Parts: sequence; structure tokens; C-alpha cells
Amino acid sequence: MSPDRRQFLGWAAAAALAPGLRLIELAQARSPEEAVSLLRRWGLLIDVEKCADCDACVTACRDENGWAGHGRPATDAQWIRKASLRDRGTGLVQTLPLMCQHCEHPPCVDVCPTGASFKRADGIVLVDKHICIGCRYCVMACPFGARSFVHEPLTGQKPDVPRGKGTVESCTLCVHRVDRGEQPACVEACNRDGGKAMLFGDLKDSSSEIHLRLRREPSTALRPDLALNPGVRYQHL
Amino acid sequence: MSLRIAAAVLVTLLGVASLAGSAELAGGRVALPVVKIEKSGACVAPTAEMRRNHMKMLLHQRDRTMHEGIRTARFSLKNCVECHASQKTGSVLGKEGFCSSCHAYASVTIDCFECHTPLREARAR
Repeated sequence: MSPDRRQFLGWAAAAALAPGLRLIELAQARSPEEAVSLLRRWGLLIDVEKCADCDACVTACRDENGWAGHGRPATDAQWIRKASLRDRGTGLVQTLPLMCQHCEHPPCVDVCPTGASFKRADGIVLVDKHICIGCRYCVMACPFGARSFVHEPLTGQKPDVPRGKGTVESCTLCVHRVDRGEQPACVEACNRDGGKAMLFGDLKDSSSEIHLRLRREPSTALRPDLALNPGVRYQHL
Repeated sequence: MSLRIAAAVLVTLLGVASLAGSAELAGGRVALPVVKIEKSGACVAPTAEMRRNHMKMLLHQRDRTMHEGIRTARFSLKNCVECHASQKTGSVLGKEGFCSSCHAYASVTIDCFECHTPLREARAR
């Protein structure tokens, strides 16, 4: 083999290996200075069969994000709730945690007149409360009823979770925790105190547990007829 | 005659004294900003630059954090509060609060603390 040919083969091998090496690099945690990228998409997988008769996820979310209400259910904010579904034919009742589904094509973003409702590059749907004018179009557009409006002046917000009167809010997938490399509070609580029904991870990372389970086991999105491709998936529903 | 001159001098002196008094009084009535920096060490930029441009830094960092998830401590509002909150009240607001006293003096209304907490994070961790 001539040296030229050998060199050429070496380059070819390097070129073939390069994408693989890049993937390993991307799987590592993001540094605080680095912007979020399209190469990730955060999501949840919820096994409804394992979802116990508890509200550990709701309590954990409330404590983490500080949205405890004033005891006025009609106007109090609710970022996550336990929903009961009853099959009309068989009478089977299932309960599941319901929150922002972090859609790939979010209707709340489509209708927002100011650009306050937006989807981050890594798939987390958020409200930029600096821009939100409180029109509540997104509240009406969301098919999951996931968004709340803050009706009353607030004090005692959490340092990582600013909240204020006159703006819309919803589940942020605990974006402040995710950016630190942690799991959302609901997932942590479910795996500690609940039925271990919730799994959080990067849907695009082919080595992540959530990716592998979604590939091997059947799962469903809520309202698949709307083709919103939510980041939150359910099993055994 | 000399008595009249003496009286005039006295009136003038009294007038000057009362003027000085009213000037002092005016100084007392205007709430001067209380810039009490309890934590030792340098800020993230020189004082002159911070005074003039802190709002621009915060605005820039705000969009980067919200939309790009960049959470560096340097220009974050949370970091400002951590350092500048009063030792006594734990807040940047209030009569002697680092943020509010200056903004009251400059007659600037800010909305930051309508949503963000003005309190330093409890050092439980």
C-alpha cells in the first residue's frame, strides 16, 4: 500500500468516526454559558398503570415553584393536576398527572400576539412574562387546559421561579432544574414517594432510557388527533 | 442711629442663619439614596459602569436566560440580590434597600420585583 493511499484511508476512517465522536460529546451536560440546542428535546414518559393514588407530583411541583393558591379554585394557578379518566363503556377509571405537554407544534405559541409564549430550542414551552400582556389567548388555545392566569398580587416567590399578577404561566418542566442538570420536581417526587410512574429524559438521545423505552414499548400522546407531537407521553392509557 | 444699624445687622444675620437653616432642612427632607454595601469584595463591573449600565446588563441577561437557558451568575438578577440584599431585612427593597432607595431618589419605577423575589435565598443548602 502506497503512503498516499494509506493516508487517504486514514482520513476516510476519521471522517466515518467523526459523527460518532460528536454524539458522545453532545450527550454530556451543557455548560452554563452554552445556549440550549435543537440537538436535545426534553420529554416525559408517564406509565398510567403505575400512577398511584397519590398527589406527590402535584405537591412537589407546588413546593418547587411556589404556586400554592388562596383557596379559590376558580382563579388559583395550577401547573399540574391529577386528572381522572373514566371509560364510558367499561367504567374503568384511571388517574394521571396532567400538565403542559410541551408540544412540538404548540397552539399556545401560534396564538400569542406578542411572542411571549415560545418554545425553547430544546422543546420546553415557556411564557416570557417580561413580554406577556395577559391576554389569555394561549389559555384558550391549549387543548389540555394546562395554563393558568395570575389574578392576584403575589409575594414570596421562589428565587428561581418569578411569578406575577397579570401574566400567564404553566409547567416549565422545571427549566431551572433542568438547566442545572437535575430532573423536574414531579419526577423526583414520583420516584421517591409515588408509584415510580414518571421518567424524564432527552427524547433525541438514542442512549437515554426514555428514548429506548419509547422505541421498544407502545405509548400514546394525549389528543393524537391534533398532531401536536407532545413531549409528554403516556403508557397503558 | 447706631442702635438702628445694630438692629439691621442683627436682622441680616438672622436672615442668613434662617436661610442656612432652611437649606439644611431641605437636605433632610429629600430622601438621599442609601447605598449601603455590606458585603465586601468587588462587584461584577466597576462602580461607575454599574451605576450607568446595570439596567442594560440585566435586560441583556434576561433574554439570554429566558430564551437560551444561559444561567451564568455574573449579570443575573438573582446574583445582584444575593450580594446586595440588606443583612437586616434580607431584601433589596424597603426604605434603605439597595435597589429601592436609589430608584426612589431618581424617581424610577421598576417592575422587577413585581415578579422576582427581592429577598436573598435562605442559606439552607
